[in-house]
Amino acid sequence: MSAVEQVSRPARRSFDVAAVRRDFPILQQQVHGKPLVYLDNAATAQKPRAVIDAISNYYLADNANIHRGVHLLSERATAAYEGAREAVRRFLNAAESREIVFVRGTTEAVNLVAHSYARPALKPDDEIVVSVMEHHSNFVPWKMACEATGARLRVVPITDAGELRMDEYERLLGDRTRLVALGHVSNALGTINPAAEIVRLAHARGIPVLLDGAQAVPHMAVDVRALDCDFYAFSGHKLFGPTGIGVLYGKAALMDRMPPWQGGGDMISSVTLEEVRYNTPPAKFEAGTPDIAGAIGLGAAIEYLNGLDRVAAAAHETALTRYVEERLSGFPDVTLFGRAPAKAGIVSFVMSSAHPHDIGTVLDQEGVAIRTGHHCCQPLMHRLGVPATARASFAFYNTREDVDRFVDALARVREMFG
Amino acid sequence: MSDLRELYQEVILDHHKRPRNFGPLPEANHHAEGHNPLCGDRLAVHLDVEDGVIRGVAFEGAGCAISRASASLMTDAVKGKSVAEAERLFEEFRQMVTSGVDQAVEESLGKLTVFCGVREFPSRVKCASLSWHTLHAALESKETPVSTE
Repeated sequence: MSAVEQVSRPARRSFDVAAVRRDFPILQQQVHGKPLVYLDNAATAQKPRAVIDAISNYYLADNANIHRGVHLLSERATAAYEGAREAVRRFLNAAESREIVFVRGTTEAVNLVAHSYARPALKPDDEIVVSVMEHHSNFVPWKMACEATGARLRVVPITDAGELRMDEYERLLGDRTRLVALGHVSNALGTINPAAEIVRLAHARGIPVLLDGAQAVPHMAVDVRALDCDFYAFSGHKLFGPTGIGVLYGKAALMDRMPPWQGGGDMISSVTLEEVRYNTPPAKFEAGTPDIAGAIGLGAAIEYLNGLDRVAAAAHETALTRYVEERLSGFPDVTLFGRAPAKAGIVSFVMSSAHPHDIGTVLDQEGVAIRTGHHCCQPLMHRLGVPATARASFAFYNTREDVDRFVDALARVREMFG
Repeated sequence: MSDLRELYQEVILDHHKRPRNFGPLPEANHHAEGHNPLCGDRLAVHLDVEDGVIRGVAFEGAGCAISRASASLMTDAVKGKSVAEAERLFEEFRQMVTSGVDQAVEESLGKLTVFCGVREFPSRVKCASLSWHTLHAALESKETPVSTE
């Protein structure tokens, strides 16, 4: 089953939102005297108690540096860290745990590939294919690689509904294309891109594909072997885990050949004054003491998600998104961006009466947290013809009441500025 | 909504809806562009400065209610003032929206004190000060766009 099918499946199972919400202590608070409605999940998701406890317990009982330690605490810490790697492997259905590299986040994962895979291969007039809806983290590293090597970025345009122009994408794949780097789900529009088709078309021409999965993994099951992508990147903190930890998946055949990108401890097999021999992946790409607690926290987040019915959770989110769009359709002064049929829980909009920043401030006073601005997607904002949008983004712990509070708060915006 | 009304006072909403001195200024001899990278907002300030006095001032650009009203009220405040007085107002305004000012300075700021509520909204301080930073750059006629960062 593809990710798209999972997300758009109608809600036929009940999903116990009230029970899930009890797992997230931060949601049980008031801001500005009103119960918190947290709709900034695409920026960072909240953490279940299981994640907070895993990190806390690690520091309370197991803290030690990993690998090479002969004492018990080091063995426990190493087992927990490598256990988290194995949890990530299963989560992505990767073939081998050495294909899972812990990094700081999606940004670092993309930079790693740009540095260790793309730059050594790129020659003047070679091409990298990205899209106009990319987050800056999947745009700027490629722009930098192009500037350093004389290669060129080719940019896939989008339709007015916010979907990739697949005809243009196919046309841009050429003899000089060395890599395709596309977002799996758009952080600013919510569009779910046809990842498997993107990979199939590129592979037909022998071109490898990196998918930025930062906004995909929180909403859907991802199977990197079914997608057959060459690289997949995501961040822990958007997946209900801690900040400072993320994942780069890379096919072993590619990762084995790639040079390291940072030098230091743990990434070597031997060092003499004359010669350094590098370790094998994933250690080759994990120089220095990693974010051990972060990896353990991410592992706990994945275990938490494994305990949920993710198909039902996705259906719940889809129903919420539909409900928001339905309620906003009654607002003539609201323009929605991103009307793709395949869409994750992200609602991006502008109001004719108020600037996104003013919307954000009024909503905050009503206890509703959203994001306003360019969402690190300035090329996309330019394409949409706006300097900024307001964005409400949903997680499985959001409710219909959250949507009602959000829409009611927009009415206050209109009252004030209309 | 009391806190919100502190921020969005009637004067601010009025200047947001009907900005004063909005548009080009053909006789201008000083220009600067300001940019707030947080929200992507841009505005331009045009000045006609003669003998150390701001004879004419105008602004252009799109922005939130706070940045637009601030630019509008600023143009009203500095028109006819000497460059030194305008720079002093810039300093006082900046102080008001960040750390706060005493009564004497409040009196000197006059109408601009409608922005004192901005201090309670740290994420909006840059919106209120963008036009003033741009004015400062225009007075010095810096070539590159200024930024609130």
